[in-house]
Amino acid sequence: MNLFLSSAPHVHSPQTTKVLMRNVLIALVPCAAAAVWYFGYSALILMAIATATAVLAELIWQKCTGQKVRIDDLSAAVTGLLVGLNLPPQAPWWLAVIGSLFAIIIVKCLFGGLGDNFMNPALAARGVLLASWPVRMTSWVLPTGWNSYADAVTGATPLASPGSFTIKDLLLGNIPGTMGEVCKIAILIGFLYLLITKTISWRIPVIVVAVTFVFSWLFGNDPVVSILSGGLLFAAVFMATDYVTCPMTDKGQYIYAAGIGLLIAVIRNFGNYPEGATYAILLMNIATPLIDRFTKNRVYGHERKVKKENG
Amino acid sequence: MAKKKSLGAIVKNGLLSENPTFRLVLGTCPTLAVTTSALNGIGMGLAATFVLIFSNLIVSLLRKFIPDNVRIPSFIVIISTFVTIVELVMKAFFPALNSALGVFIPLIVVNCIILARAEAFASKNGPLASAADGLGMGLGFTCAITLIGSVRELIGNGSIFGFQIMPAGYESMLLILMPAGGFLIFGLALGIFNAITMKKEGKEGANA
Repeated sequence: MNLFLSSAPHVHSPQTTKVLMRNVLIALVPCAAAAVWYFGYSALILMAIATATAVLAELIWQKCTGQKVRIDDLSAAVTGLLVGLNLPPQAPWWLAVIGSLFAIIIVKCLFGGLGDNFMNPALAARGVLLASWPVRMTSWVLPTGWNSYADAVTGATPLASPGSFTIKDLLLGNIPGTMGEVCKIAILIGFLYLLITKTISWRIPVIVVAVTFVFSWLFGNDPVVSILSGGLLFAAVFMATDYVTCPMTDKGQYIYAAGIGLLIAVIRNFGNYPEGATYAILLMNIATPLIDRFTKNRVYGHERKVKKENG
Repeated sequence: MAKKKSLGAIVKNGLLSENPTFRLVLGTCPTLAVTTSALNGIGMGLAATFVLIFSNLIVSLLRKFIPDNVRIPSFIVIISTFVTIVELVMKAFFPALNSALGVFIPLIVVNCIILARAEAFASKNGPLASAADGLGMGLGFTCAITLIGSVRELIGNGSIFGFQIMPAGYESMLLILMPAGGFLIFGLALGIFNAITMKKEGKEGANA
């Protein structure tokens, strides 16, 4: 008789890694479409380069190190597409290639592949690109529309010059910014899709945005403009919710999300960078093992914690 | 055990099998801090090598006179003597290099490679063997940090030893020159070196 041994729980679920990653890819389609709509074919090419590089890099790495090739779980494709969406639309092709290579090889594969990366690969790549080529990564253009060969006009992002864009522009995405972050409607559609398919829970994105809202308001900014500006929404929905790098328990996720929201508001107001979503999430990614340690669920049947007396 | 080794074997030991940077992982502070260019790397490495050879030699000569209780302070006094010589020579003849390396030249005094070799080798072995050990360790350290410095300079500045290598359109990767880049390149180099050593040891094990 062929007995199959595995650890509990034994309930089969159709939610495999592949299905989850496919859902994320589908949820990213509106953002990608908005990017192409606003920035033209060059945006599409850039995203394609980033995605292809990520998938190829993982394929080659797994072949060379004799691991089972698992690119069909689509996680590399998601990482690559996220790297692409995190680039400014006028970025040169090699930024996409280097970003994806860094994300896949250094952050993901060297630490043991999917499930073992200690921070979000796509965001780490963005952090590296931002620190390495600050001018390339922060020269924004106003949306050029389909015809990307039209003369691009450089402009400051809403975070650098608040008040120069209307709420409608911010929502629709008619603003300068990275390819994925500009169109808030598209991000919300993606978020709803992820919620309906139960790919992610509402918890992390909503709390991140809410905490940023509160602290931006406390720091004296227009809170509505604050949460609609920069990469906050995009990062909160697609990057802060990465399964590997966020805490496991509900309580842990509250702490993690609140930390991200607070850090974003702090970096935006008191830091050198106009946008803090990248570094806020990376910092909380690193804090995740600690949060997990302090928010362990009580094992069923064990006693409730008795408060220890000091001394 | 060590006495049976020839001087050449002792030098080779420091260069490869016990390379202070890649195998013993000592002296990581200068390794990370000064390796922003190949020239800095080789300058730091040679300065440390000079100090290593002579501190090992003197420690070894004095090893029977130094009481055990005060051996560490004694080593430090001997080491700092040679560091002072290096510092003054550098200030006089290589002012540019001196200002590039800055505080890390006087900090050679507390470089753990030098203290470790004084404690682990020179205080137990004869003067010739100790000097050879200092030479091997110093050269191993120099090679390692020159290598890291070259890689960082190539990626972060497009050049090696100041000679432009990358084509004119190359946009250098600033991160590699920052401390984070130092950790990245050091970690990768450490990994590659370990992978090669493990493969070699695996093969030798299979042959035996």
